Amino acid sequence: MKFGTRIIHNGHEVDPSTRAVGVPIYQVSTYDQESFDRFGRYDYARSDNPTREALEKTVALLENGTRGFAFASGMAAISTTLLLFSPGDHLVVAEDVYGGTYRVLTSLFARLGIEATFVDATDLDNIRQAIRPNTRAIYLETPSNPLLKITDLAGAAGMAKERGIVTIVDNTFMTPYLQRPLELGCDIVLHSGTKFLNGHSDVICGFAVVKERELGSRIRFLQNAFGAILGPQDSWLVLRGIKTLKVRMEESQRSAGAVARWLAGQERVAEVFYPGLPGHPGFEVHHGQASGAGAVLSFKLSSVELTRRVLEEISLAAFAVSLGGVESILSYPARMSHAAMPREAREARGISDTLIRLSVGLEETEDLIEDLDRVINSP
Amino acid sequence: MKITTQAVQIGLQWDTRTGAVTVPVYQTATFRHPGLGQSTGYDYTRTGNPTRQALEEGIARLDGGARGFAYSSGMAAIANLLLLFGKGEHLIVTEDLYGGTYRLFEKVFRQYDLDFTYVDTSDISAVERAVRPETRGIFVESLTNPLLKVADVRGLAALCKERGILCIVDNTFLTPYLQRPLDLGADITIYSATKYLAGHNDTVAGLVVVKDPELAEKVYFLQNSVGAVLGPQDSWLVIRGMKTLGVRLDRQQQNARKIAGWLSGHPRVKRVYYPGLKGHPGRDTLCGQAGGFGAMVAFEVADHSLVERLLLKTRLISFAESLGGVETLITFPEVQTHADILPEIRARLGINNVLLRLSVGIEDADDLIADLAQAFKGEE
Repeated sequence: MKFGTRIIHNGHEVDPSTRAVGVPIYQVSTYDQESFDRFGRYDYARSDNPTREALEKTVALLENGTRGFAFASGMAAISTTLLLFSPGDHLVVAEDVYGGTYRVLTSLFARLGIEATFVDATDLDNIRQAIRPNTRAIYLETPSNPLLKITDLAGAAGMAKERGIVTIVDNTFMTPYLQRPLELGCDIVLHSGTKFLNGHSDVICGFAVVKERELGSRIRFLQNAFGAILGPQDSWLVLRGIKTLKVRMEESQRSAGAVARWLAGQERVAEVFYPGLPGHPGFEVHHGQASGAGAVLSFKLSSVELTRRVLEEISLAAFAVSLGGVESILSYPARMSHAAMPREAREARGISDTLIRLSVGLEETEDLIEDLDRVINSP
Repeated sequence: MKITTQAVQIGLQWDTRTGAVTVPVYQTATFRHPGLGQSTGYDYTRTGNPTRQALEEGIARLDGGARGFAYSSGMAAIANLLLLFGKGEHLIVTEDLYGGTYRLFEKVFRQYDLDFTYVDTSDISAVERAVRPETRGIFVESLTNPLLKVADVRGLAALCKERGILCIVDNTFLTPYLQRPLDLGADITIYSATKYLAGHNDTVAGLVVVKDPELAEKVYFLQNSVGAVLGPQDSWLVIRGMKTLGVRLDRQQQNARKIAGWLSGHPRVKRVYYPGLKGHPGRDTLCGQAGGFGAMVAFEVADHSLVERLLLKTRLISFAESLGGVETLITFPEVQTHADILPEIRARLGINNVLLRLSVGIEDADDLIADLAQAFKGEE
């Protein structure tokens, strides 16, 4: 079955008791038991909720994993997954990882005795050199946020596997429609489901998906013990959002390509970062592991003043945090997604004060370009 | 203003645009910025959501704290607070606490070199003896789950203050309607809001209230960084539940007292734990710090065969985990809520194979008693 069909018909979209073609929202905390010592499939909603379960199974299926877990936010998914590690463990992390991930690693997990080395993961040699005897995981984002750098996932996973190291990939920008890291040999896929998976900017949620059973049991234990679960209403909304994942991604991606090409031709645009542009340094690697370039791009403008005007005067795209919605969103990484990163660390990663990230939504491409043109090329 | 009035007020003044008397469900992930460096006060829902905020401000007001925080579950709330502590630090914890909390401490946090000592917190001298130089916090359930022991919160808070230790009280069983730990000197209160606060067995949620604004900043940092936040729909449901907190608890307590009295006189009941009964060892302490005895009742039946009968033959009373809802629930702590606690500890505490726990709801007490009576008789 093709992906586009699987997101609509995957066996988890039907309510088993009524055959309703949507899963009910089980707004419940607990379940009546029939046996006094052998409990039913459901006993407490933190542990299991049928609405959340339908979503978890759907996401697991789309990522081609065996087990999925839904969390209260992308950060809750990441934090819970990082609890797999113990004091003295070491992680190699892509340096331009999401600012929130950087924050929990450096301020929270560092305090618990888990150490992270940040490397430019576009070069596998950098990862290899950072690996130590106590390295337990490689943590990647590809394309990365906000500079859309590319890491060779099969290469990184192969290197990790040889050494008994777990590979974790934040697949938020691509979604399983465009890239499935588990098929490339990675062990854990993470998502801010808030973004393209849900796609409507109306839910905060996160996911972890694994293929290996034992790892699945460990994350399941942590999800239940830590309790950072996704509520039933939000779970239902994400199931609803996923139904249009393919059509949304295709349209946004097509539009993003057109916008990127247009931006690249503007005099006041200093640089465009988009893996769909042939000159992108990760072009080959990316198209070898993903079926599209996605719908997020970044660009640098010629001045801070113009940057301010673009952010404030563009009328179609919302100037806001987040990405991956039906509405285009412009954001300012230096002050938003990467505000949690110290200035030096940020600038060393190329996240300058003239960098803007654009998440392309479902508006007509011509309207978006016209809007950008009006501000960027105003006299 | 009284607690019941404050509870009804939650979210009431919120929507100035329409005057709606409830806070809207802000089902949004992000917020548009008016300009560079400007914000409406809301940027991203993990960081702050108006519906969640109405709940957070409401619980903070009810508890008399600087700031409140809402989480995706009670366990997420506790886990988040535990991150305030670091390697090598030590906490003193109520010994008969909720099994999920015990599991979190022992199986997740112990590996990060946090140490826990479990003591009978109804005995202040036992707590005092457990204090070490590296003790940074006391985590107390008052009332305890399931044995309804009473800790002297005022006394413990004073001890904590003297030694520079953080006093955290899990106030799930009493709620601010009956007990306000921050007024008694505690630093942080914590709730599984799934229980009495939401009160309808329809939401899983956790709440935290912090008294000191500086400490609240640290908790906020953790809430936002870890991201185990409560969704807008669930936040709204908890607010909705809290509006009836007072009337629900009044009726639940009244029912609980009646049932506890009835159970005490039943020939096949060995022992009843309810702090409202004369002779309960914590009764006086509780009277000195709380406005009521709550609606949880634990009891031992004469023999193990009665356990299955009571769990399965009750018709009105559901056999289900959780508590605090409008419907009466019965559980078997040894294999349900406290299964994660080591058998020898359970045995010492009195969580045995004849102990049952009732969370009394708002049905008519006579119907509940009749239901229990017929289950005891075991007639088909």
